[in-house]
Amino acid sequence: MSTSETLTGSRPLRAPGAGHESDNYLNHSKGILSWIFTLDHKRIGVLYLVSILSSFFVAGMLAMLIRTELLFPGRQLVSPDAYNQLFTLHGAIMIFLFIIPGIPAALGNFVLPLMLGAKDVAFPRLNLLSWWLWLSGAFLAVVSILLGSVDTGWTFYTPYSTTTSTAVVSMVSGVFILGFSSIFTGLNFIVTIHKLRPKGMTWFRMPLMLWALYATALIQVLATPVLGITLLLLIMERVMGIGIFDSRLGGDPVLFQHFFWFYSHPAVYIMILPAMGVISELISVFSRKHIFGYRFIAFSSVAIAAFGFLVWGHHMFTSGQSDLITVIFSALTFSVSIPSAIKVFNWLATMYKGRIQLDTPMVYALSFIVLFSIGGLTGLFLGALATDVHLHDTYFVVAHFHYVMFGGTVIAFLGGLHYWWPKMTGRMYNESLGRVAALLIFLGFNVTFFTQFVMGSHGMPRRYFDYLPQFTIYHQISTLGSYLMAIGFFLCGAYLVHSLYRGEAAPANPWGANSLEWHTPSPPPHDNFEHTPEAGDPYDFTDWTYDPAIRGYVAKSRTSH
Amino acid sequence: MASHASHDHASGHVVPLWLLFAVLGVLLALTWMTVAATWFDLGKLNIYVAMVIAGVKATLVALYFMHLRWDRPFNGLVLLVSLILLVLFLGFAMRDGKAYDPSRIPGYAPGIQRAP
Amino acid sequence: MAERTVENHGHGEHPSYLQHHFDTAEQQFTSGKLGMWLFLATEVLLFAGLFCAYAVYRGSHPEIFIYAHHFLDKNLGALNTVILLSSSLTMAWAVRAAQLDQRKLSAALLALTLLGGCGFLSVKYVEYSHKIRDGLLWGTKYAPAHGAHGATAPGHEAAGQAAHQAPAPVVDPHAAEAQAAVAATRPGAIGPDGVPVPRTFAPDPVVQSQAAALDLPASLSVEPSLIKIAPAGPEGVVQPETIKDSLIRDPAAAPKNVHIFFGIYYLMTGLHGIHVVLGMGAIAWVLRKTVRGEFGSAYYTPVDLVGLYWHLVDLIWIFLFPLLYLIH
Repeated sequence: MSTSETLTGSRPLRAPGAGHESDNYLNHSKGILSWIFTLDHKRIGVLYLVSILSSFFVAGMLAMLIRTELLFPGRQLVSPDAYNQLFTLHGAIMIFLFIIPGIPAALGNFVLPLMLGAKDVAFPRLNLLSWWLWLSGAFLAVVSILLGSVDTGWTFYTPYSTTTSTAVVSMVSGVFILGFSSIFTGLNFIVTIHKLRPKGMTWFRMPLMLWALYATALIQVLATPVLGITLLLLIMERVMGIGIFDSRLGGDPVLFQHFFWFYSHPAVYIMILPAMGVISELISVFSRKHIFGYRFIAFSSVAIAAFGFLVWGHHMFTSGQSDLITVIFSALTFSVSIPSAIKVFNWLATMYKGRIQLDTPMVYALSFIVLFSIGGLTGLFLGALATDVHLHDTYFVVAHFHYVMFGGTVIAFLGGLHYWWPKMTGRMYNESLGRVAALLIFLGFNVTFFTQFVMGSHGMPRRYFDYLPQFTIYHQISTLGSYLMAIGFFLCGAYLVHSLYRGEAAPANPWGANSLEWHTPSPPPHDNFEHTPEAGDPYDFTDWTYDPAIRGYVAKSRTSH
Repeated sequence: MASHASHDHASGHVVPLWLLFAVLGVLLALTWMTVAATWFDLGKLNIYVAMVIAGVKATLVALYFMHLRWDRPFNGLVLLVSLILLVLFLGFAMRDGKAYDPSRIPGYAPGIQRAP
Repeated sequence: MAERTVENHGHGEHPSYLQHHFDTAEQQFTSGKLGMWLFLATEVLLFAGLFCAYAVYRGSHPEIFIYAHHFLDKNLGALNTVILLSSSLTMAWAVRAAQLDQRKLSAALLALTLLGGCGFLSVKYVEYSHKIRDGLLWGTKYAPAHGAHGATAPGHEAAGQAAHQAPAPVVDPHAAEAQAAVAATRPGAIGPDGVPVPRTFAPDPVVQSQAAALDLPASLSVEPSLIKIAPAGPEGVVQPETIKDSLIRDPAAAPKNVHIFFGIYYLMTGLHGIHVVLGMGAIAWVLRKTVRGEFGSAYYTPVDLVGLYWHLVDLIWIFLFPLLYLIH
């Protein structure tokens, strides 16, 4: 076996127990066409991963531009119109190209069939079509940018979106297509989980990640079509002048908001549910303890999906919604926090008296619990009518959703990425750098966004190009935090890419987890499993012992490979 | 097509032909009823009568033409859930629309009319 | 390649239609069905938005809907309903035939279903072309044609004639004169020089006077029940039917924003029509495969799934018909 110098010292490049170079899904077939036309869910997962990370990078750069512009009052880099385009694009790209596909498409596609001991998802061709649709949507978004971009905000509110001369139609068409990408992914996952579970894996013996993906898929299938019709109506309004949202023609602009938020609120649960699924896996594995309250967590996932459909009006408290409806939505909004809280309690109870191992994925998982809790609690201020009237459209809202979407979903995504990285790539990344980057991101994030809570409660409005001098110091602190975060992300990207070339070979089960994806080599063979594994309790780790020779875990009940 | 080993047969209840025609007959009769209902003005009930008849027709199509009567219940549940969401969506939007359009109910929402 | 064990099926046992990641044909079939039902749920929710728009606008402006739906031909609508219901039968029968290895019958029935789709689209074409000719379009394009050749009176499509009669008002001539004078200045009405009066946003004098007479705040629309007690009319009780008919035949008495109805009409029937076309494409695809003998009792899944889609198209029309054509 050859050896090489890596950052961690001399290690064999090929460790026993790792996948042989000749027969894994990555080298099963060669050439770019074998990737673009693949039907292998693992390859599609990787394609998605590259796609969404690229979007995250672009939208992240836009955010850096925004924050830099806001260092001082007045114009620094861009004109006011360009600024409007910047935050619109940042939002639209982050939401529709990164976070909605996000964990389900990039990690879920890879992991879901493996966790089921299956060979693929139910509809592999539909899966590929989903990715192609993502590409098409991204292409149309680029077209829109080239045609002058959009400045309506990612929410496309009428009447501005129907009357502005910016390239709304191409952007909205792109989002429409992305919606179908999301629908097909969700459809695929629902059927796969229903139909391709192995013998012995009842609903309540599935890993909680699958419950999370299932609940997410339900929302994707049921909510996204309403976005589709909303965007279609917007396009018809612009192109054909139908007048349905135009008050001069007897239409109703607030109806657009009802239509839009009927999807876009459940959409935020599309974003957070898979993240919670990842956290359930991480907390249990890295506490070396069975998950506490399995059924509670499973049911709460479905409950969040269901309740999520009942609260869309809380985005419209100040839009002229009727009093009765406003009160109903406020009450329902409070109830939706309950299942989320149940999950947090169960995770904490899982950690209690566990053997906590602070590997990088666990650092992210712990960050998630802190940041998501803050984000969730601040949602209560926004759900209460008396306070929302003051906080709506301020930086308080911006901070709230960044805490849940970024501090929640993105952090969990990074945790999951680091957790499944060895499985996907067959390589280990540098653990010390991993923790350093996680810490930088955590610190930078809080500096950036906690400041915005304060700013917002003092009245700083959102989406504003300019501001009063008293807010300057807050903006500067926030921008500083964003630079810190960016350093963390660049570091993370650097060591992950480095690991692809010089990383230590990964064992089949570096973390000692028991869900089925860890019962196959890293990276897995084309058909996922050499021997179809038997479904057991995914949170029972007792069968695995740590073997220092391979820096991973081996199963006591089976002979070595 | 040549027959295969039994475990490879796709499952399938075969719907009796007479049943298909019977269902069509009822559907056509109900269509006629819908048109006939327009000859009577029941005021506010008109829309409900029309929707009930349409609902019965839809149920027949779903149960018999779409095979739900003999299919796994979950498939029917999928359709049901989508309809429930539709009703939820329409319900909230209509209730809200009723409330803030000042012309709809005379004298309602005095706050809006007192706006400067 | 890793050696396959007996647990993983060898390639030789699988029929060609069974995909490698499924264990049995049954599993593949039921998975396909569930997938299609989930897709149908998305279609229901897609149309839900349009039904919502319909419900909201009809709720707040019933007079628009009551007035405007008379421009739709009930008979053509009913014909389309019958066509779609029958095509649902032929489709369900085609699936049955495929299940029973009756290849030729299945193909014939699929072709009949396609014919039904063509029939539906033809009727829609006739309806649309009539409306376009009469200027009954959406939004700002709504410009109903008046005069001897531009028929806007209801029922003319049922008569199916190109020549139209001038509408005859039945109310008191003085009232008609007064109304006509006011109507001549209403947006959309044809001015003395034959050019439509441009749309303005000034308050409507007819509505204002009616509202004032009834001691109501100035409102944006006229409730149909108010029309029965129009201030300028013949003495005594006037039959509601007559007033309504006269209003409809008198374009100057149309409620404001009638185009909303037509906007919703075109959106709903247009999106539905697109789905009919897509369904026909899918049926044609399945027909081709049927003719080539690819389906039988062991494998007829695509026929079944396409059938489900076609039935959904029918289902949506079952609701569209009374909602758009049969308002009263």
